[in-house]
Amino acid sequence: MNVTLRETRIDTPGRQHMGFVDCDVHPFFRTPADFDPFLSARWREHRVTIGNRARQPLHKGTLYPRMSPGNGMRMDAWPTGGGPPGSDLKMMQEQLLDLYDVRYGMLAPLVGGAAAERNLEFAAAMATAVNEWQCAVFCDPDPRLKASVQITIEDEDAALAEIERRAGDGRFAQVNIPPRGLEPLGRRRYRKILAACAANGLPISLHLGGTSGHASTGGGWPSFYHEEHPSYVQTMQTLVTSLVCEGVFDELPDLKVVMVEGGFAWWPALAWRLDKHWKRLRTEAPLAMAPSEYMRRHFWVTTQPMEEPERAEDMLQTIEWIGPDRVMFSTDYPHWDQDDPRYAFKVKLPDDWAPLIYRENALALYRLD
Amino acid sequence: MASRHVVAAADEIPPGGRKIVTVRGRQIGVFNIGGEFFALINVCPHQGAKLCEGAIVSQLVSPAPGEYGLARQGEMLRCPWHCWEFDIRTGQSWCEPDDFKARTFNVTVEAGGTLAKGPFKAETVAVSVERNYVVVEM
Amino acid sequence: MTATEATAIAVSTVGAIDCDIHPAVPGARALLPYMDEYWREHMLRRGLERDSFELMAFPPNAPINVRPDWKLAKGPAGSSLAEMRAHVLEPMGTRLAICNVLYGAQAMMSEDLSAALCRGVNNWLAAEWLDADPRLRASILVPQHSGELAAEEIERMAGDRRFVQVLMLANAELPAGRRQMWPIYRAAEKHGLPIGLHAGSTFRHPLSASGWGSTLLEDYVSYAQGMAGALNSLLAEGVFQKFPELRVVLIESGVTWLPASIWRMNKTWRGVRSEVPWLNRLPGDIIRERVRLTAQPMDAMDGGEGLARMLDQLGSDEMLLFASDYPHWHYDGSDPVPAGIPPEMLRKMMIDNPLATYPRLQQA
Repeated sequence: MNVTLRETRIDTPGRQHMGFVDCDVHPFFRTPADFDPFLSARWREHRVTIGNRARQPLHKGTLYPRMSPGNGMRMDAWPTGGGPPGSDLKMMQEQLLDLYDVRYGMLAPLVGGAAAERNLEFAAAMATAVNEWQCAVFCDPDPRLKASVQITIEDEDAALAEIERRAGDGRFAQVNIPPRGLEPLGRRRYRKILAACAANGLPISLHLGGTSGHASTGGGWPSFYHEEHPSYVQTMQTLVTSLVCEGVFDELPDLKVVMVEGGFAWWPALAWRLDKHWKRLRTEAPLAMAPSEYMRRHFWVTTQPMEEPERAEDMLQTIEWIGPDRVMFSTDYPHWDQDDPRYAFKVKLPDDWAPLIYRENALALYRLD
Repeated sequence: MASRHVVAAADEIPPGGRKIVTVRGRQIGVFNIGGEFFALINVCPHQGAKLCEGAIVSQLVSPAPGEYGLARQGEMLRCPWHCWEFDIRTGQSWCEPDDFKARTFNVTVEAGGTLAKGPFKAETVAVSVERNYVVVEM
Repeated sequence: MTATEATAIAVSTVGAIDCDIHPAVPGARALLPYMDEYWREHMLRRGLERDSFELMAFPPNAPINVRPDWKLAKGPAGSSLAEMRAHVLEPMGTRLAICNVLYGAQAMMSEDLSAALCRGVNNWLAAEWLDADPRLRASILVPQHSGELAAEEIERMAGDRRFVQVLMLANAELPAGRRQMWPIYRAAEKHGLPIGLHAGSTFRHPLSASGWGSTLLEDYVSYAQGMAGALNSLLAEGVFQKFPELRVVLIESGVTWLPASIWRMNKTWRGVRSEVPWLNRLPGDIIRERVRLTAQPMDAMDGGEGLARMLDQLGSDEMLLFASDYPHWHYDGSDPVPAGIPPEMLRKMMIDNPLATYPRLQQA
């Protein structure tokens, strides 16, 4: 097979990416007090005295510490004026938005703790605060950045209220839902929230991370970050399985789902597995079409962290099986395992795929232009 | 054609230290390991990060699970992005799979260059010390 | 539900080694003669001999777990040797078949009860199956929640060389590679026995970090992700370094999830290996050397389109092991060889790879 390999002499980058839509950008606070302007006095005090309470042993930080300071940041993204990577819009512009002429950046704020918070009232307050903060600090000063609606997935009333509040606000492009909730997302308890997202034309974005208290793997808690990192891939697949097999898309044909930072090379085998076993268990899970068909219609994946095949050209086969219209480029700036748009693809993308993956798929999904 | 460039006074880069300089339009990192000088092109062969700005670390020695040891302290460079580790002396990646099986296939190369040998080596630059100056040859 | 027509087997399986066949315990009563007097009385005292100990992970009447023409008039599918002969051993012309018993013995909370039931199963297997048909071999069922007791059972059974593997469910209380499990691997390695990790779970945990799904279908699909987690654990914990002779067989995993998992593991390793510095080789290379997979179910499109390409991504033709997976229903028709397997791989899959993986098969 005649394949054009990327020039491996690294100082001659590809050009296909310029003007791309970055489907995963992480804003951070300089200090947690940054949320105070958006919180009532009660919650300002609560934040300082009680703080976030998730289902994990450490009050702050993670059970699986990352390999780089700052909980897994690229080492050259620390602003000289202080604050963690991602907290300085100017640096984000220099290192990402202006550098690559980024068309739009989809924000995924993994801050505030609303997703995993056990005190649901505090969670709702933080979700609202983070939504306001995204706009004030990032999206209003730089409209290339699009916010994600933070909601409290375990509190239906508050979630619906927050979606209502942001629907129609063009600064918000999607709704962030934590992939590790108390139950898989296809379960009935979450249906109304999903319906509200679909009804308002807001894709849901499942960004990996966090814990709701269940072990990271079906076999229990791993010891190492080396295992935790790929365990997110397992979680993503469970969500696809749950949403498809519970018939969510028969009920909500307008629901769109973006899986962020979960990689994507797992997609073809999961599609084959779902189809094969669904045939045998159709009576248990009646669906209007094959599972792989739902995947093709309702799911998108972002590219980072891009899997690295041992033979670079195998990536093309994988994307072909998924469908190049489902794949959207992301950097994950400023995390340590971010993908650089110049070099992330080790094989040259076909000319008709590159515009889709770098721009067109995201522009269409998020209705950006 | 290679030419020689003075990049620093020898005592400007103490043992364990480094200096990033630009020579002939390319950034290089010059390192002092125990009085010897080494230089690497400041581009990670993985995804182009500024490799020479990464942390200087030790080689890890672990004969069995749960056993932890250090060797060659201060001789490894850790890329600031994906944390790949490179031997400062040779540029060799510590993650070079030694029995990596390359498949053969016909390859065409994008205009502008030749295929470098393997993706896992940082590019080294020849360094010498002459009369108290650190000189690189590029 | 259509009855499966007996079609001629497209690819000859005569002389093949079937690496995954499931005799079923007809009921706990059948185990009583094979337990010591203490546990016999204990079972009767508590009425446990009336229990089925069926695994939640494998409800015996679910369509996926029993091909219609393999159902029995009496007793769970797979519980009759005579029927097993008629259903698979004779038609396929199998030379050898490895019996893997799926049973709740491994799931019991009491480690001691778990061990007693496993002992009973292993004794029953030897007496009523292995003694009765010279083609049959077996895996040692172990109380996998106790490393110590599992190692004892391995020591007890290893002398019977018809036992060729140690059987565990892929998902239990702790990830497969954890140090608490190492007594099991030590004993297995000592006796030249591969570890067979079978798809499924003792459900100490939900199958994913997102909690408990609703249907068997969701669970079943998730077993493949469970396998990935188990394999990642074995690698990260350094099991393959600590036990340099140990082999692991992933049974009923689905197979096609593995290439993408290798790509991800290799990538993670390059950046994160300083956390696990004993992991000093590319995970993909270790997997190719030490891990094998049974070929049913084979998660592929009908007709096998794309399968050859996907298998090629594994980078080895030594990893697949032929299996009927009797009496589970993973293929239409009678041909247990998945469509789309490259012809040059067939003989390796059916004979060479099993012989290389299970050294004890080479003896009479």
